[in-house]
Amino acid sequence: MSTLAIDKAGPSRKVKYGSMSRDRTWALRWSYFFLVLFAIFFLTPPVYMLITSLKSSAEISAATNPWWVFHPTLSNYVELLSSNQFLRFFWNSSIISIIVVIVTMMISIPAAFALARMKFWGSATLATGVFLTYLIPDSLLFIPLFKVLGGVQELTGITLLNRWYVLVFIYPTLTVPFCTWIMIGYFASIPKELDEAALIDGASWLQTLTRIFIPVALPGLIAATIFAFTVSWAQFLYPLVFTTSVDQLVLPVGITTTLIKGDVFNWGQIMTGALLGAAPPLVIYAFLMDYYIAGLTAGATKG
Amino acid sequence: MADVALRKVVKRYDDVEAVRGIDLDIADHEFIVLVGPSGCGKSTTLRMIAGLEDISDGDIMIDGDVVNDVPPKDRDIAMVFQNYALYPHMTVAENMSFGLRLKHYPKAEIKARVTEAARLLDITDLIDRKPKQLSGGQRQRVAMGRAIVRNPKVFLFDEPLSNLDAKLRVQMRIEIKKVHQKVRTTTVYVTHDQVEAMTLADRVVVMNKGRIEQIGTPNELYHKPATRFVAGFIGSPAMNFLPCRLEDVGGTLQIRLTDRIAFALPPARAARYNALPRTDKLLLGLRPEHLTESHAHLEPGVESFDTVLDVTEPMGMETLVYFGLDGTPVCGRVNPNAGAKDGAPMRLAMDLNNMHLLNEATGVVL
Repeated sequence: MSTLAIDKAGPSRKVKYGSMSRDRTWALRWSYFFLVLFAIFFLTPPVYMLITSLKSSAEISAATNPWWVFHPTLSNYVELLSSNQFLRFFWNSSIISIIVVIVTMMISIPAAFALARMKFWGSATLATGVFLTYLIPDSLLFIPLFKVLGGVQELTGITLLNRWYVLVFIYPTLTVPFCTWIMIGYFASIPKELDEAALIDGASWLQTLTRIFIPVALPGLIAATIFAFTVSWAQFLYPLVFTTSVDQLVLPVGITTTLIKGDVFNWGQIMTGALLGAAPPLVIYAFLMDYYIAGLTAGATKG
Repeated sequence: MADVALRKVVKRYDDVEAVRGIDLDIADHEFIVLVGPSGCGKSTTLRMIAGLEDISDGDIMIDGDVVNDVPPKDRDIAMVFQNYALYPHMTVAENMSFGLRLKHYPKAEIKARVTEAARLLDITDLIDRKPKQLSGGQRQRVAMGRAIVRNPKVFLFDEPLSNLDAKLRVQMRIEIKKVHQKVRTTTVYVTHDQVEAMTLADRVVVMNKGRIEQIGTPNELYHKPATRFVAGFIGSPAMNFLPCRLEDVGGTLQIRLTDRIAFALPPARAARYNALPRTDKLLLGLRPEHLTESHAHLEPGVESFDTVLDVTEPMGMETLVYFGLDGTPVCGRVNPNAGAKDGAPMRLAMDLNNMHLLNEATGVVL
């Protein structure tokens, strides 16, 4: 009797109605778990920096709880922001980064347009070549670059070494290949018909670039700009090698060379300087993020 | 406005010939449709007229001038693309006026032309929107507007309706025809859709494998196809091709379809085909509408025969019937009240007054 009843009850396996939403719930739980893990992992150093920057040297050297500020003070900030030296580093970094971004864009955009759109003999090989130059590490390049610039200085008599503006010539070797490469990708994603339409409408190549490609690829351009700015802002090895006088230093090198005196680490000011140095890229990201994400190309063609 | 002429135009990609020597004269104001299966060279031909592709050999003339080496912007043409190719960062008005602004037209004239084109295409309300905010049909109108404001010598359309759904396609087809009736600009239109070709064109150019198969008005192509390709490509459902041969029986010329089925040809047809060798392998070309249900009183030249239907497709105003004749699938069109049923026997009539006879080997209509 009982077996018969079970047979009539249908499949013994419990049917999981709504298993889709259950899967989703679990997927979300795992996502949150890992996201929180990563957030903790990546945010701990800046938070630690912030805590340390608010402490006096005495409190830092005292063996109190490193994760808590007992006597918060802004003295580190006041000291740094009123120091001409630090402001000089800041100024050097800013002017170099801005010039590098402009130079990079002036080179990368036309280069990417030519490589992406004007099909000429060897354009594909050239595009790959541009990317390959990016793969050469700067730690390998700085010695030959030093020799080259030293040679130029000897030949022309123009002082290049130990001047902040030498970095304006050197940084593009890092930024131009990568920016060109991502711009090629963005330009290539613009439908071919768009430049053909412009061509028929009477636009020259330059007009097609400035009036169609640049506005349409603006998100890509901004991504490249952010990249170029971040690279030149955070660059450490080249300025360390090419500039030595205190008034020619940029922020990352300046902080480490002037705030570490022998084996004395002025931790409070180092942390403060690093935090202040991280602020400009952060602000730029915050303002341009919307553009960065926005898909301006939507609606160009079907869909 | 201008006439367009193609003289022995060839397009070669490395070793492949996409277009193999095309001669075509397009008169002023004419609406020409290039039609053919994909890869037949129709789009390449259009792009060569536009100047977007180089010409490997031959000449293209617009208004009597050879334009082989003239860049697209100086050819005074306008093109409408399959995916519309609207500038996504510009409004409708800016999209339409882009070409005029590049040529530094006075602002007042630009505004007047854009307003007029917008009125013509019924997109006046959309003038300040971005392409993103438009539907497919509206985008297509804007693309046409962009072409119209330029007032070019020639309009070029590259499969402009292929991205639209079926209903909208029919509607836009009529719009395009209306616009052409108003502006009368010489137009070259490329499509793979033979219905579009038939409905829009003054003359249709049927292309296949880089060559022109036939040029003619829609009616000429339908009723007097020159080749098997054209006969099979134009018309839906497609023309039936039945293997057959000619025989003389008692002084009359007869066409034999199967061992069982043979009909005497109508006198006009008999006279036309009498000189053909009786040994040739031939094909009888017959459109589905000339294969209908049989009546008690058949006109001369209409012959009836019995068959068993495989499948029927009721379309409402007619029913399509499918059956086999000696293994060859055949399609006929019968009255929906004629009682056609799947798998049922039926007596059908074949209108030999409208038959075509083709040489099976060469594909030429005799």
